[in-house]
Amino acid sequence: MTDTAVPAPRRETGPYLRVEELRVSFDTADGVVRAVDGVSFTVAQGRTLGIVGESGSGKSVTSLAIMGLHDPRRTRISGRILLGGRDLVGLSEEGMRRLRGRDLSMIFQDPLSALHPYYPVGRQIAEAYRVHSPGAGRREARARAVDMLGRVGIPQPGRRFDQYPHEFSGGMRQRAMIAMALVNDPDLVIADEPTTALDVTVQAQILDLLADLQSEFHSAIILITHDLGVVAQVADDVLVMYGGRAVERGSVAQVLRRPQHPYTWGLLSSVPSLHGDADADLLPIPGNPPSLINLPPGCAFHPRCRYAGRNGTRSSTEVPELRQVVERGHLVACHLPEAERQRIHQTEIAGQGVAR
Amino acid sequence: MVRFIVRRLLVAVATLIVISLVTFGLFFAVPSSPARVMCGKNCTAEDIAQVEQRLGIDQPLPRQYLDFVRGVAVGRTYGSGDFSRACPAPCLGYSFRNNQPVTEIITQRLPVTVSIVAGGAVVWLLLGISLGMISALRRGTVFDRLAIGISLAGASMQVYFFGLILLYVLVYATGLLPFPSYTPFTENPLRWAVGLLLPWMTLGFLNSAIYARLSRAQMLETLSEDFVRTARAKGLSRRRVHLRHALRAAITPIVTIAGLDIGTSLGGTFITESIFGLQGLGKATVEAVQFLNLPVVMATVLLAAVFIVVANIVVDLLYAAIDPRVRLN
Repeated sequence: MTDTAVPAPRRETGPYLRVEELRVSFDTADGVVRAVDGVSFTVAQGRTLGIVGESGSGKSVTSLAIMGLHDPRRTRISGRILLGGRDLVGLSEEGMRRLRGRDLSMIFQDPLSALHPYYPVGRQIAEAYRVHSPGAGRREARARAVDMLGRVGIPQPGRRFDQYPHEFSGGMRQRAMIAMALVNDPDLVIADEPTTALDVTVQAQILDLLADLQSEFHSAIILITHDLGVVAQVADDVLVMYGGRAVERGSVAQVLRRPQHPYTWGLLSSVPSLHGDADADLLPIPGNPPSLINLPPGCAFHPRCRYAGRNGTRSSTEVPELRQVVERGHLVACHLPEAERQRIHQTEIAGQGVAR
Repeated sequence: MVRFIVRRLLVAVATLIVISLVTFGLFFAVPSSPARVMCGKNCTAEDIAQVEQRLGIDQPLPRQYLDFVRGVAVGRTYGSGDFSRACPAPCLGYSFRNNQPVTEIITQRLPVTVSIVAGGAVVWLLLGISLGMISALRRGTVFDRLAIGISLAGASMQVYFFGLILLYVLVYATGLLPFPSYTPFTENPLRWAVGLLLPWMTLGFLNSAIYARLSRAQMLETLSEDFVRTARAKGLSRRRVHLRHALRAAITPIVTIAGLDIGTSLGGTFITESIFGLQGLGKATVEAVQFLNLPVVMATVLLAAVFIVVANIVVDLLYAAIDPRVRLN
C-alpha cells in the first residue's frame, strides 16, 4: 500500500524505535504537569525494553505519547520519537492513525475495561485487522482473528470468536487483547502493565506467551511495569524512571544485578525474595512520589534519598545528568561518585530483598 | 425469555390489582359524595339515593369492587328499567356524566395522548441525544457552552410557559401554524402532523434539554473509558470510535430513562393537552377528578399504571438486547 501521508520506514537505520529527549507536559488548572522531562531510549526489533517506576513516574505517559494517544489540545510534546526513521512527534492525527495498530500497537493493563463490553471479542479483533487491510472482507478478517486467537493459546478459537469479554476469564481476556495487538503484525508492541490485573499463575503464562510471540513476530516490545520480577523475567534492557526523568538505564544484568542509583536500590529492596531470610524486613522507600507540577529542585529523588547529603547541597540544587558509568551501556543519573555507589551497593544494599 | 415475560406479567397484574384497590379505597374515603356532585344543589335525599343506586355505589365497598372486576371480565349493566345502561366487557365503569362507558371514553382519548407523546418523543430523543453527543465531542467549545446553557434554560422551563410562548409566536403573531387540533392519523396523516406540531415542539424541546444534558454526561464518561482508548489504539477513525464504540455504550442508560419517560407520559400529558385544547387522556383524568367522576378516574389511573408497568418490562427486555452482559432472570 503506497501512502503519501506516512513516510516509508527505513529499517536499516539502527534500532526500530528511537526516543530522543522526549518531553510531555499537560496544562492543568493547577499548573503545568511535566509528566515526562527529557527521556531518551531505543528499542531494536526482537528486543524488549522494560520501563520501571512508581505511579506518576511518567512511564505510561511515555507510552501514550509514542502511540499518539494524548489529547493534542491539552498536551505539549517535544523531542523526537523515531519509529523506523519516521518522526512521530508532530505527525498529523490521520498519519498517526494509519500507523496505530499497524506499525505499533498497545496492550493495556486491564483487559476487561480495555475491551468493548458490547461487542464479541472476535469482532473486535477482526475490526482491528480490517481497518488496516481495506481489501479484506468480513470472512477473511474473521479467519484472521480466529487464527490469532488460536495462536495466543485460546482453545476452540472459532467458538470463542463470538463470545463477549465478560464470558472470558482474566487470563483469556488478556490473551485476546494480545491477539488484537498483534493481528496486524506490528513492529513495535507496547505492553502497559499487561499482567498487573492478573493472578500470579496467569501472569507467568502471559509473559511466556509474549516472549514466544516476540520470537515469532520479531517485534520490538516496550514492557511498562512496576514489577521488577516481570522485568527480570522478560526484558533485555531496563529504563528506570522517577519524576518523569530517566534515572538509570542499561541491560537487565546491569540494572538489576549491579544497580547504581539509590532509587533502583530502593525498588529492589522493597521486593521480597524467595531466597534467604524469610523474617528479614523489607525496606520501603520512604515518602511519596513527587508532584509533577512542583518537582523538587536538583535531583528529584533527593528528598527521599538516604545518601543525598553526601555531596553538600549538590543533590538539591543541580539536576544530575544521565551519564555512562565504567561499564558500557549502563547509564546512571546520580551525583554520588561511582566508586562510592559501588561500595554502598555491595555493603548495604546487596543483602536486601530481591536485591540479594 | 418467555419465562421472564410471564413472570413479569404476573407481577404486573398483581401490581395493578393493588393500585385499583388503593384508588377505589381513596375515592370512598373522600367525604364528598359523587352522587351529590352529580345531582346538583337542589336534590332531595330520594334523588341522591336513586343516583347512588344507578351508579352502583349504594352497595358495600367489597361488593362494588367485585362488581368492577366482574365488569372488566364479562361486562355489566348499570341501573335498571328505563335507566339501564349496558357496559360490554372490558367494562371499566360507566360514566353517567358523559353518558357513555368509560372504555369508550378511553378509546377516544388515548389516540390523542399517544400521538402527542409519540411525536414529542421522536423530537426529544433525536434532538436531545444528538445535541448532547455533539456537545460532549466538542467539550469546552462555544457550541458546547451554548448548548448546555440553552438546555439548562430549557430544563428549568415549564410546559405551560414555553408552550404559551410558542403558541403566541407561531400561531397568533405570525400565523405560521394553525391552532393545534387532533385529526386521526388514519384519516389524514398530514393534518394529524400539522395539528400536533406545536405540542410536539413544546414537549420535545423541553424534554430534549434534559436528554441533552444526560447524553452529554454519558458520552463524556464513556469517552474516558479504556475501551475507547483501545479503539483509538487500533487505528480506527475518529468517526468510528465515536459512533461505533463510544455512542454504543453511552446510549444504554438513555434507553432506560427514555422508556420510563415515554411510559409515564402515555398516562397523560395534562398540561400540554390543556394549553392546546386537546382532548387527551390527561385532560380526561383531571376533569374526572374535579367532578368526582369515579369510573373515569379509576380507569385512567389504572391505564397510567399499565403503561408504567409495561414500559418497565419493555425497558428490561431492551436492556437485555442492548447489553450482552445482562441476563433476564
